[in-house]
Amino acid sequence: MNKPFVLVVDDYADSREMCAEYLEVCGFRVEQAADGAQALACVAAALPDVILMDLTLPDIDGTEVTRRIKADERTAGIKVIALTGHGSTGDHADRARAAGCVSFLTKPCHPDAMVDEIRRVLGEKA
Amino acid sequence: MARAYAHSEKARRAPAAKAAPHRAGPAARINLLEFLLGSMDIEGCARESLRWLGRELAVKRSLVLVFDESKKRLVHLAEHGVDARDFAISLVEEEGHPLLIALSHREPTFFPATARQPATPLGRKPFHAIVLRSARIHGPAAGVLLVEVSNPELSADVAWFGAVFGEQMARLQSRVFPGEAGLEESALELRHAKEELVTERHRLDLIIDSVADPIVVTNASGEVLLMNTPAERLFTVPKGKGLSAQRLVRSNDVNFSSFVSNLFFTQAALQHRGDMVLLDPVTGDALPFEAVAGKVITEQGELTAIVTTLHDRREAIERARLYAQVEQAKNELEGKVQAATGELAQQNELLRRQAIELEQASNLKSQFLANMSHELRTPLNAILGYTHMLLNKVYGIPSPPQQKSLQRVDSNARHLMSIINEILDIARIESGKMPVHLDDVKLDSLVKEVLQELDPIVVRSKLIVTSHVARVPTLRTDRQKVKQILVNLLSNALKFTHKGSVTIHVSLDARTSTVRVAVADSGIGIAEAYFRKIFEDFRQVDNSPTREYGGTGLGLAICRRFAQMLGGRITVESKIGAGSAFTLHLPTTPPK
Repeated sequence: MNKPFVLVVDDYADSREMCAEYLEVCGFRVEQAADGAQALACVAAALPDVILMDLTLPDIDGTEVTRRIKADERTAGIKVIALTGHGSTGDHADRARAAGCVSFLTKPCHPDAMVDEIRRVLGEKA
Repeated sequence: MARAYAHSEKARRAPAAKAAPHRAGPAARINLLEFLLGSMDIEGCARESLRWLGRELAVKRSLVLVFDESKKRLVHLAEHGVDARDFAISLVEEEGHPLLIALSHREPTFFPATARQPATPLGRKPFHAIVLRSARIHGPAAGVLLVEVSNPELSADVAWFGAVFGEQMARLQSRVFPGEAGLEESALELRHAKEELVTERHRLDLIIDSVADPIVVTNASGEVLLMNTPAERLFTVPKGKGLSAQRLVRSNDVNFSSFVSNLFFTQAALQHRGDMVLLDPVTGDALPFEAVAGKVITEQGELTAIVTTLHDRREAIERARLYAQVEQAKNELEGKVQAATGELAQQNELLRRQAIELEQASNLKSQFLANMSHELRTPLNAILGYTHMLLNKVYGIPSPPQQKSLQRVDSNARHLMSIINEILDIARIESGKMPVHLDDVKLDSLVKEVLQELDPIVVRSKLIVTSHVARVPTLRTDRQKVKQILVNLLSNALKFTHKGSVTIHVSLDARTSTVRVAVADSGIGIAEAYFRKIFEDFRQVDNSPTREYGGTGLGLAICRRFAQMLGGRITVESKIGAGSAFTLHLPTTPPK
């Protein structure tokens, strides 16, 4: 039970489930959240090691969810990787970094690149 | 009496039609004084003086009696308008005062004549008796002047006459002449009076003749005493002009009189002002005047004259007309300018709004493209992810045809991704959200990197690809963007070249301190007509849906924009069938 725990947050089911599936294949424990509220609930219930956060969510913006997680000292240590269809150099990226995202991936993201980034982030933690 | 007081100025100036009563003007008085001073013959002097009285003061009947010392009685000397034989006259004294008794055939009239004051008639006879004596020479009176004064207004003038005439009579009768017993003084006084009158007259003439406007002086009865030359033109019949001129002058007289009469009706008013139209006696033209009539009042409150000034209004009217014209023209012009300005402002406003709308539309377009590319990326993420998993045998080993198909899905998804990326780039450049990150860029290593990245395509193309990199300075520029430009240019070269070679040439233009990176191929080439178009958005030479070569048509458009952002540009040289050369010109330092 030493698998790294990843929470995948994305309102687009196919994309979210593909990520979850591939991460499980790659040996991660994965939980999924389809919106900001679910993500916050999941974070409160079971502390994940990494969150793959889509920034465009139907209820609470991914940036805001990240800000709240970082604001709570119990969850502040969780690494949040932003995942967005927007480019990595625009406003979205700046706001995500300001909210506390540790890194930034652009959709479509090669699955291996995603896994590599999660491993890199976790390696930093170790 | 050759040099008797001739008809003077006044006669010339006063319209002949005007009737008595007169008031002797300064000129007439001067004439009298001159005559008196030069006169030695007592009888001639008296006769001529009475004529003057008749002419200038309208005294129709007058009589001069002188005192005969030896006979102690009055003797007849001269008469005017009367027969001296009608009068039997004697002088008596009563209580030391001389009492003159004039007896006509019909009834006796008594005149009390005190030493100094002129006698006034007793009874109803309209004769005044004036004792003739010198104010200078003490002694008995020289005689008596009897005058019939029909107009009491003229009594002051008659009194003046009596004084100067009496002075002269006393002098002549006593045979005392200038240089003798005090009479010199008397003569001097006459001369002074004359000089004063002359001076005054000249001054008056000068004044009224110096005024360009017509001036008319009338007496209290409305009779003209004086007028200047401009006034004469209106109120006298010009020489050699006939009846029509007379009629016009008469009409002017009537107009003028009725105007001046306004002042008689209003006792209090000292001035009357009004408009009057007079006729030019020569041309008959109507002349508009503004007339101002003012009363001349003596210290005693007696009305002595009315001075009327006529101001020619033609100039003022003309000026007003011109002014109105100018005003109208000005207003019209202002209106036009205002209308034009309004139109211009309207157009400006329209343009401004259009510019805003255009900018909004452009922003909307950029925003739409950004959103759309985001929406496209998310499903693409799932497609690429699952394809990758299938190809990685996560779900078991796919059969060779399945694998081939999956690879096609994968490559198409990647192509779609590159299209989306390019659209996003354009959208971000256009909305000004494309940042520039400056690095120190070594071109030799960058070219090497680009060649490495495209190596799989180079290998597949079977073309000879070479690079010649001269020693160039390290550039201060955006590495990512330069790389993207070079990848794009090289990809294009490989895509549109079927055989032969592709060469990358890096050189320095020291003169303009720019670095040139040329990508030359031996491909299909481009017609000169398309040199500009290929840099436009979504443009390829063949824009038909069935075109032979893939791509978004955005590659060069992005390259051009990136080059501009870095202070550089891209040029092209090409010939159909003889290959193309695209050159990126970059400054060694970024633009300020």
